[in-house]
Amino acid sequence: MKCMKCAKVATFHITDIERGKPHEYHFCDDHARQHLAPSAEVADKQTMSDIAKGLIGTASESIQEPASDDQLTCPVCHITFGEFRSTGRLGCPHDYEVFRDELMPLLENIHESTRHTGKTPRRAPRDPKQQTMLIQLRNDLKRAVAAEDYEMAARVRDKIKSLEIELGR
Amino acid sequence: MNLDDLTRTSGEWLRGTGPESDIVMCSRIRLARNLNDFPFINRASRSEKAEIETHARGAIAAATESLSYVELNQRSKLDLQFLVERQLISRELSSADYPRGVAIGAHENISIMVNEEDHLRIQAMHSGLSLHDVWERINALDDQLEERLSYAFSPQLGYLTACPTNVGTGIRVGVMLHLPALVQTKQIDKVFRALQKINLAVRGLYGEGTQAFGDFYQISNQQTLGNSELELIRNLTEVVPQIIEYERTARQKLVSERRQHLHDQVSRAYGVLKTAHTISSEETMHLLSSVRMGINLGLIDDLEIPTVNELFIHTQPAHLQKLQGTTLEVDERNVARASYLRSRLSNGRHSETN
Repeated sequence: MKCMKCAKVATFHITDIERGKPHEYHFCDDHARQHLAPSAEVADKQTMSDIAKGLIGTASESIQEPASDDQLTCPVCHITFGEFRSTGRLGCPHDYEVFRDELMPLLENIHESTRHTGKTPRRAPRDPKQQTMLIQLRNDLKRAVAAEDYEMAARVRDKIKSLEIELGR
Repeated sequence: MNLDDLTRTSGEWLRGTGPESDIVMCSRIRLARNLNDFPFINRASRSEKAEIETHARGAIAAATESLSYVELNQRSKLDLQFLVERQLISRELSSADYPRGVAIGAHENISIMVNEEDHLRIQAMHSGLSLHDVWERINALDDQLEERLSYAFSPQLGYLTACPTNVGTGIRVGVMLHLPALVQTKQIDKVFRALQKINLAVRGLYGEGTQAFGDFYQISNQQTLGNSELELIRNLTEVVPQIIEYERTARQKLVSERRQHLHDQVSRAYGVLKTAHTISSEETMHLLSSVRMGINLGLIDDLEIPTVNELFIHTQPAHLQKLQGTTLEVDERNVARASYLRSRLSNGRHSETN
């Protein structure tokens, strides 16, 4: 799918509630950024994960309408809550954030608890936001290649490489 | 790793040693783990799965446990079924069609499935009731893997898993119990209902959705979030002795009230296994179960428990075909199974083969 404002691949799928009605937008990274923070000079400093956070905000606004739960989409792995509901399997670790409001009652139901009290990894975990970003960038790369947008693909690949080096992969 | 070598041995967990091993076949713990920077398996592309496998293999190779890695993608159906029968991989992993594998430890106490429902499914098994030993071993291995892998973990929700039923500790603590007397005296359903009330799950020998087979049942925790690993182990360690007690009481009752009948049943079962010329897998399991109980009650004195434990596994379809070195149809398998049983049971006192 292409961005609604330019020829790039739409990597963000946003549902806004405007005057009680859901509106769907499909944007590339840049236009998603403009859409989510139209007034500020967000420029290049803003990180992808900030955008992701913005999306989660948008998403949780939309859950006012129960019927739209199923449309809720993870910006990282693009699974919808509806897909999770039908398969019982989540798509990536970030889903626990994105579907938080929907998952908590489920966890309470299954485990009679929503707080982990067991083992924690010995090492300080690496920055989870950066990890999530890697998943997302790999997705972007796939899409760029599928859309034959090789300029974009090259850019994304460079980002992946530098992030992997940073993370010590 | 040459899988054919495994046909000549059996896992440590079948040795029938360890506490309460007349009833507790083995103790087993598995941990579900995922890498933080990849999607879960159902959303991962083929190339991502291959990358996950590469990372996992690197960490597995660096662990101090000596583990042999078996790539599953190129394996025959027979090899895959063979590993399922040995409890080293799940049916789900065997039937997948993408880069995946299993690391197997010496004596088959450890197996690590790569790219199953979660990126890693680490499993440790010991003979008898020994959950604390199993935990120490798997916990140490998990620490070592974690030195090289960045696990998906959230401070509030713990280890993040593809299915929310495993989130938190990602642990399943289980024991495999042999409960023939509770089955015969029709008390088994009562026991299961009681276990379900305290949130313990009951499964057959081959896990989820498989029917109890040879009167073996796996009892394990269902909840993974909210309690620590040690609390979950303690829960099971407290409940299992009660089930063992019920089973022993039921056995004693059978002995005191129906001794002739019981002795007859056990001897006939042994007799059929020793002399049959064609026998199905189902009948074999059923009869082996009687024989196993008979040995534990002193009704059979020329056969060892480890041999019987091993026969439960070695008489299954893929094992028979591996032992024969050729593929066999159902009828041929039934003949081969009977012949194998006769040879293993014909020479008086038997001991384990490994």
